[in-house]
Amino acid sequence: MLELAKTILAAAVLALSAAACGAADLAAYRVENGGVAAPLTDEPGNPARGRQIVRDMGHVTCLICHRMPIPEEPDHGEIGPSLEGVGSRLSVAQLRLRLIDSKQVNPDSVMPSYYRTGGFTRIGAQFEGRPIYSAQQIEDVVAYLALLKDK
Amino acid sequence: MRDVTRPLAIKLLFGLAALAAIAGSVAVGQTQAPYEVEGRKSGYLFMTPATRSLQDDEFQNPGMFIVERGRDLWNRAEGPDGKSCASCHGDAEASMPGVAARYPVFDPAANGLVNLEMRINAERAAHMKAPPLKYESEDLLALTTYISMQSRGQPVNVAIDGPAQPFFEQGKTFYETRRGQLDLSCGQCHEDRVGMKLRGDVISQGQLNGFPIHRLSWRAMLSRHRIFAWCNTSVRSEPYELGSPEYLALELYVAWRGRGLPIEAPAVRR
Repeated sequence: MLELAKTILAAAVLALSAAACGAADLAAYRVENGGVAAPLTDEPGNPARGRQIVRDMGHVTCLICHRMPIPEEPDHGEIGPSLEGVGSRLSVAQLRLRLIDSKQVNPDSVMPSYYRTGGFTRIGAQFEGRPIYSAQQIEDVVAYLALLKDK
Repeated sequence: MRDVTRPLAIKLLFGLAALAAIAGSVAVGQTQAPYEVEGRKSGYLFMTPATRSLQDDEFQNPGMFIVERGRDLWNRAEGPDGKSCASCHGDAEASMPGVAARYPVFDPAANGLVNLEMRINAERAAHMKAPPLKYESEDLLALTTYISMQSRGQPVNVAIDGPAQPFFEQGKTFYETRRGQLDLSCGQCHEDRVGMKLRGDVISQGQLNGFPIHRLSWRAMLSRHRIFAWCNTSVRSEPYELGSPEYLALELYVAWRGRGLPIEAPAVRR
């Protein structure tokens, strides 16, 4: 059914460090109840690393579109909702799915799918077969976002 | 904006000119289409006052350097017959007003669209036997800007019917297609999210009426197709060749989106 259809079984093996030679295989994950409950990696997400990742221009920084509690960075975008307090509004599983592929939550979303390699139109050659974030980067960012609680 | 500082007599003169324009009897070169037409807004309106005045002041506009070069090229003889653009077209200020406002056009000889850059090269080949100027070269940008500038103030008015119609549809499809790893269509930003802040930038309508523009952040002039390629690359999509049929179709569609907006070349943008 829908849940089944939503269950993505990507390539079986987890490529923790993206290989220098070609496409990285995606970790398998399962969408249930509007979220992805199981982590993509064995190593727990590191929120300090996550905070670095979301600021990094080279990694399609979240700040382009979202306001975040990162006062040292100027000019936060206003395309998406503010992420201040997002850890109070969404569960870890919900955060993980929105990061992996927000279009499974809302097909009209303009948020990029950070952990998807298929279904793109005319993707740039250097991005072919590689997700925007690695599995570990997804986990790190999820760990960081989960800590953004309402005060 | 600048009207505030103008003496009353000059304002009255401008008012008369506007009336004359309505009557359809204004001399070419005095037309000044508004920066906003039925909700369609020139990028000019998204710029800071400082950037606007940089554009408005011909002595400070950094795009004017290339206009000088364009004027020289217009009059420079090339090819075996020693002909220049001026040999056939005379004074550009007399012969070129209005031309940039209606490009790109369907060209039966090419059986497709041609834009101003391609028309310049086609004319050079046919009448001057001169080699083509490379897309985005200083020389082609200079000539394109110089010719476009002769239409300053005139409203964008491209034909999308007849033989141009299928190309228009193709451009519309391009505009509405999500592309690249970021999976975004042109319209998702430049229609649906106009005025919202993308990091420090306010999203404009992505209009073409100012092109070729001087882009301050690059300190360079750029063509319409160059900004298409940059936008495509920004959403992590493989860009097309400048001058490609895909970008020509997109150029027609996007020019039509800005119908009625004034040609501003060389506009100054952030």
